[in-house]
Amino acid sequence: MSACHRDFRASGWLPWHAVAVFAFLYLPIVTLIVYSFNGQGVGGFPPRNLTLDWYRMLFADDAIWQSVLNSLLVAVAAVTIALAFGIPAALALDRANFPGKAVFRRLVLLPLILPGIITGLSLLMLFREADVKLSLVTIILGHGTALISVATTEVFAGLQKLDRAQEEASLDLGANYWQTFWRVTIPNLRLSIIGAALLIFTLSMDEIAVSFFLIGRDNTLPLEIWGRLRRGITPEINAISSIIFVFSLVVIVIWYRLRVREGQPEIAAELGP
Amino acid sequence: MVATTNEVSVATGVKGTTTLLDIRNVAKSFGPNPVLRDISLQIAEGEFLTILGESGSGKTTLLRIIAGFESADAGEIWMAGERLDRQPPYRRRVNTVFQHYALFPHLTVAENVGYGLRVAKVAKDEIAARVEQALAMVKMAAFAQSKPAKISGGQQQRIALARALVNRPRLLLLDEPLSALDANLRRQMQVELKSLQREVGIAFVFVTHDQEEAMVMSDRIALLRLGELEQVASPREIYSRPATAYTAQFIGHTNLLRGEIKDGIARCSGLSWRTGFRDGPALFSLRPENIRLANAATASGVVRLRGKISRQAFHGATELLQLECAEGLMVSVRTATRENWQGELELEFSPADAVPVRESEERH
Amino acid sequence: MFSRAYRAAITVPPVLWVTIFLVGSYALLFCYSFWTVSSGQTIVHSWTLDNYRELLRVDVYLQTLFRSMGIAARVMIFSLLLGYPLAYYLSFHAGNRKDLLYQLVIIPLWVSYLVRAYAWKTILGSDGVLNTLLQYLHLTKHPLEFLLYSPFAVVLTLTHIYTPFAFLPIYASLEHIPRNLVEASHDLGASPFQTFWRVIFPLSIPGVLAGATFAFVLSLGDFLAPLLLGGPSGIMISNIVVSLFGAAYNWPLGAAISFCMLGLVVGLLFLSERLEKKWSFR
Repeated sequence: MSACHRDFRASGWLPWHAVAVFAFLYLPIVTLIVYSFNGQGVGGFPPRNLTLDWYRMLFADDAIWQSVLNSLLVAVAAVTIALAFGIPAALALDRANFPGKAVFRRLVLLPLILPGIITGLSLLMLFREADVKLSLVTIILGHGTALISVATTEVFAGLQKLDRAQEEASLDLGANYWQTFWRVTIPNLRLSIIGAALLIFTLSMDEIAVSFFLIGRDNTLPLEIWGRLRRGITPEINAISSIIFVFSLVVIVIWYRLRVREGQPEIAAELGP
Repeated sequence: MVATTNEVSVATGVKGTTTLLDIRNVAKSFGPNPVLRDISLQIAEGEFLTILGESGSGKTTLLRIIAGFESADAGEIWMAGERLDRQPPYRRRVNTVFQHYALFPHLTVAENVGYGLRVAKVAKDEIAARVEQALAMVKMAAFAQSKPAKISGGQQQRIALARALVNRPRLLLLDEPLSALDANLRRQMQVELKSLQREVGIAFVFVTHDQEEAMVMSDRIALLRLGELEQVASPREIYSRPATAYTAQFIGHTNLLRGEIKDGIARCSGLSWRTGFRDGPALFSLRPENIRLANAATASGVVRLRGKISRQAFHGATELLQLECAEGLMVSVRTATRENWQGELELEFSPADAVPVRESEERH
Repeated sequence: MFSRAYRAAITVPPVLWVTIFLVGSYALLFCYSFWTVSSGQTIVHSWTLDNYRELLRVDVYLQTLFRSMGIAARVMIFSLLLGYPLAYYLSFHAGNRKDLLYQLVIIPLWVSYLVRAYAWKTILGSDGVLNTLLQYLHLTKHPLEFLLYSPFAVVLTLTHIYTPFAFLPIYASLEHIPRNLVEASHDLGASPFQTFWRVIFPLSIPGVLAGATFAFVLSLGDFLAPLLLGGPSGIMISNIVVSLFGAAYNWPLGAAISFCMLGLVVGLLFLSERLEKKWSFR
């Protein structure tokens, strides 16, 4: 293998292409963080007057923190709904036969690939026809519905790796279906479930297309940011984004450690073919 | 109902023992493909029965139907006077040792062994005592706190056995439990498994595709072919009295002689001998070790044949020769080893060793 | 092995949820597209094809749809051009840095979409980072105006966002290629380029199709990047839908456009699934 490595390296442009792509991917993120400390506000090169003012302003900004709390609430509830229905959905796709299964599989996964606007609008009409007032609850239902797809794909991938004999052994040893589910199926799917939960949590925290249509009086964080962007740009947004970025980074590192410790360093490409 | 059942079972079971499991006319298809056709089989208390068959013979499916992981399309299974096949797997007093052991990776060895007792809500100290005893039985007490991934294949095999036996099942099913082990360990485990079975006295149903393993371990062998039972008998009987051509060829090595019986005389490719069997076309199985070099002293009562050696294969203790005889007849002969067999040989066999067998139907 | 009760317990709840919230709402979208709005701003539940006629009659709808498809197609092509060589490099030549680099591609996905679009706005604006940098270096005297509020800005931002989405399935399909195929190809005398073109690329086509579909479909329906960075010339079809559901208050017409988009997307997914099947040899 190493011999053919060298062959390719000779052509040489691939690593440079990779560097360029990484630069492209990280340029906005780096800019965002750098300018969150820029006394002159957003833009203007070079950055001048390093300051923590924007962070100070941010911490005094009740509206932002209220929206962060709302987002956390929505995300936790969305994770709960998505797992509560996504895990059975994955089990059903794996081991039950029912009429319309093929359609069901495609439908569950549809929101993953469908532009959020279509799911958002459709749910808006559903809630309107059902006379449900828009609020955080409608956002939770929207996020839950859209993100069941993520729980289903992750858990289904986990089920493919689960040895069916594990569950048979449990039944064989006298555990009924319910006991087997909690004592064998769930522990074996632990990594997939945690992975799905983290992914759903982050996606929900960031979700805007569906929320955009289902929002009531209380803003989620992305909608709060959106509202401010329309009024003009302020480094306060850089500050909150930087904090969220660092927070996500910590989550990724924890997740990665967990996976490595469990001896499964390969990361399932959720979006793989 | 129960009484009649027992009578029937006793009548059709192994002589002198009580029938534990009674499989009646079980059939199963996966989609359009029949995998089991009309299987009837009795298993006695304390018996070591091996279900032997090639892959695709349906042996694992039969085991899974007994365990309750698959349901039969037709037929019934009774255990000690109770209908078994309508019970979910967790209510059957049957435990399984899985092919790749299926130990729970998230539980320790002790927790794996105690699993069945725990879900049965057995008291904590009793669980501890029985787990300890079971681990001692398979000589694995030192590994109680290990995780399954940290122990070797042979050790996992013992744990799987302990995990099943600790529940005191009436019947233990073993699905090719030795197939993942290498040859030496495998032979050692065959001996251990057999003596363990004698010790606990529980009936074992052992599934394998390895005929030698089946011969070494079993009280009886049930040979399965394409979803049908070919023959059920003790290893000695199945070897010396194979019922069909397939059995004769699958278990051990044999020569099949095709011929005809007329007026009490069997005729095959220029050979003939007296036989008590019915007239008509016939097929005989003749084991290579039953063909000897001709001996002047035994002139009568034997069948003589001459052949030219066309191939020689060294088997360690013996030599297997391929001979070309008259009328295109090819026979295999097992002899003592010698460096170079050559030329023509004069051979003989006694008519009693030519066992008439049924043709095995061709399917698929 | 699983009892009927078990199978019912795992099947019924998710099927019910999906039926109510997905099938129900998409069906309602379909219904709305045949209703109308009265002058008194209420929805009239009478069935008519007027909305669809309107879409064909007024040029701006189809024009915007085609422009959106053009933008989405450019985003798709650029994402593949950036994503494929990167995935190939990581999968075949990154050695033991593979996992780290893979994580580096994933991390931007964890940064809010909105925030990244906003970051591009601060970079591309007339007094943004890029323009002030160019002036600082004396490369330009005046800010370059075409950078922001143009289709260019939209394509750039969406490419930035969907490159990792295009990368992921391509990388997964490359990772699934048994390495001994590459060795076999070398062994049979193929050059590295021939090996790539005749063995690796054909086997990665399902991943390319999946990545292309993601990039195209998701950017086609985007409405936030155009609103933030697009300006009048960067308006996309979803922006029209948003305004119909907002100030313009014509939900049925918006529903008709959305339903057309839904049909288009489902058609594309179907097509890509067929093609992926054709190109997968497992």
